[in-house]
Amino acid sequence: MSDFETVAASENQAARRGPAGEPGAPNQVGRPGKPRSLAGDAWRDLRRKPIFWISLVLVLLVTAMAAVPGLFTSNDPSDCVLSRQHAAPSGGAIFGYDFQGCDTYARAVYGARASLLVGALSALFTGLIALLVGMLAGFFGGWVDAVLSRVIDIVLGIPLLLAAIVLLKRVGSDSSTVRVAAVIFVLAVLGWTTAARVVRSSVITAREQDYVAAARMLGAGNGRIMWRHILPNALAPAIVVLTIALGSFIAAEATLSFLGIGLREPTISWGIEINNGRVHMRESATPLVVPSTFLALTVLAFIMLGDAIRDAFDPKLR
Amino acid sequence: MFRFIVRRLLQMVLAFFGTTLIVYALMFAGQGDPIQALAGERPVTAAQRAYLTEKYHLDATGVGGFFYRYFDYISNLLRGDLGESLTGRSIGDILAAAWPVTIKLALIAIAVAVVFGVTAGVLAGIRRASIFDNATLLLTLLVLGIPTIVLAPLAQYFLGVKWQLFPPTAGADPDFFALLLPGIVLGSLSLATALRLTRTSVAENLRADYVRTARSKGLPNRRVVSVHVLRNSLIPVITFLGVEVGNLMSGAIITEGVFNIPGVGFNLFRGIRTEDGPLVVGIVSVLVVVYLVSNLVVDILYAVLDPRIRYE
Repeated sequence: MSDFETVAASENQAARRGPAGEPGAPNQVGRPGKPRSLAGDAWRDLRRKPIFWISLVLVLLVTAMAAVPGLFTSNDPSDCVLSRQHAAPSGGAIFGYDFQGCDTYARAVYGARASLLVGALSALFTGLIALLVGMLAGFFGGWVDAVLSRVIDIVLGIPLLLAAIVLLKRVGSDSSTVRVAAVIFVLAVLGWTTAARVVRSSVITAREQDYVAAARMLGAGNGRIMWRHILPNALAPAIVVLTIALGSFIAAEATLSFLGIGLREPTISWGIEINNGRVHMRESATPLVVPSTFLALTVLAFIMLGDAIRDAFDPKLR
Repeated sequence: MFRFIVRRLLQMVLAFFGTTLIVYALMFAGQGDPIQALAGERPVTAAQRAYLTEKYHLDATGVGGFFYRYFDYISNLLRGDLGESLTGRSIGDILAAAWPVTIKLALIAIAVAVVFGVTAGVLAGIRRASIFDNATLLLTLLVLGIPTIVLAPLAQYFLGVKWQLFPPTAGADPDFFALLLPGIVLGSLSLATALRLTRTSVAENLRADYVRTARSKGLPNRRVVSVHVLRNSLIPVITFLGVEVGNLMSGAIITEGVFNIPGVGFNLFRGIRTEDGPLVVGIVSVLVVVYLVSNLVVDILYAVLDPRIRYE
């Protein structure tokens, strides 16, 4: 459980790359007279980072794996024959077979779909809740802010794994759609606070800008100001936080499935595979190592990608 | 200071009721038939049903009934009465036996984080942008990115089963050596965060005016770093480690489950596996309280260490 907490904590405090270590973006590169945007600067910065490209490639690879698993393996992950139990690699099963006689590699490949689906949808819903709450709290201030901030404090005070255990124990159904939806719901309901705080603080900064006052003087209403003038400012930092959150949501889903309260068979999930592999690791370790590697690389890729983008967008580090 | 503590205590009381209310509502509200759930598959006689309904005020419906039962739960929780698990053991007894093990494990994890994390963090902060600094940054990113459910079984397999450097499982009444590997696995996450925190704050404080003053007074570098810089840099680290103690108490579910350590997390792990509702509910309630109290202690500690917090 300290996974989530630590990752969340590191979102705030850690991961500051030393300014001296990087050859900050050169100032006089673009054509004279044309001011460069923050995004342009960030892109210029990102392009030179190997870690950005490595994580981007990994993310694209996993996404492709989730969308079209058939590209990566031609074996059926649910084609399990007990006579092949822990058999050596053969016929496309490059990592051999697991305890149930299923193709270890094929199961790891097909496991990407559930993980990514849960991660992406939880991040999406988290983002929507965070934008709504952060926007209302930051824009209106006063008692709205006071109430919403206390709500954020309370939800932030609930340990994620414990609450998820309590919530998911209530889901009796074994239907895979219901369980996927339940895990997404739980992660979104518990995970939106960090992003909401980020949105709130960037909304507060944007609210005081001159262009907002100008728009108001031109007669724009609250809705228009929020939508057209403040939202674009709050979006970028929120997306960065959500990229990192996506990685930790994937880890959370795997952890819950590992414990047996998240997704369940016949859904293929890395967490379930790791748990099954763990039981029989003395006989054969590949069914443990392969899904573990897939999960670790995926989570790492998202966290590193978010980290790199955040560093690039942070003007303080320039 | 007094005002700060009072305000923080009031906040904590609010958070306590908020969190327990949520936990309670999620666990019990809208549940099917609690009496049947208690009895499991066995039939319940009318007399038993009437007795239990009377005892737990289950006939009171609506909001009033819900809050009545909620305060019943709260007062039991505060009196330390957690009920019995489905196997008939008192949950209080189970926890009493489990706490010492969990505390031992958490202390090992914290020791690992302090010894390696803070030392390496100070070095990385002093030599920013050196090879050592970049290597530790990359390593900590790896550790932060790898979930415990990957780290714990892999460490168990490679270090415990394959190369046999450590005992692979702890078993009942584990000694220090048996807890060492799980402690390192558990502490590695805190280690990474502690390292990054120390590094950032050391690097920031090295640029502060008072450090320049100390240097211009002619103090040796060793004294500047160990007395002037370290003192201020460790404030956020101490806060973090305090929060982490609370986390580790509840956060050892996976590690204790994987390494078979009979602590609190292991009992929760087993409770989930065996669908032991009362055990899970009891342990989660206690852990939530532990978490809240440790956060409170840390906040007060923070205010003691850093006067700026008191006068916000």
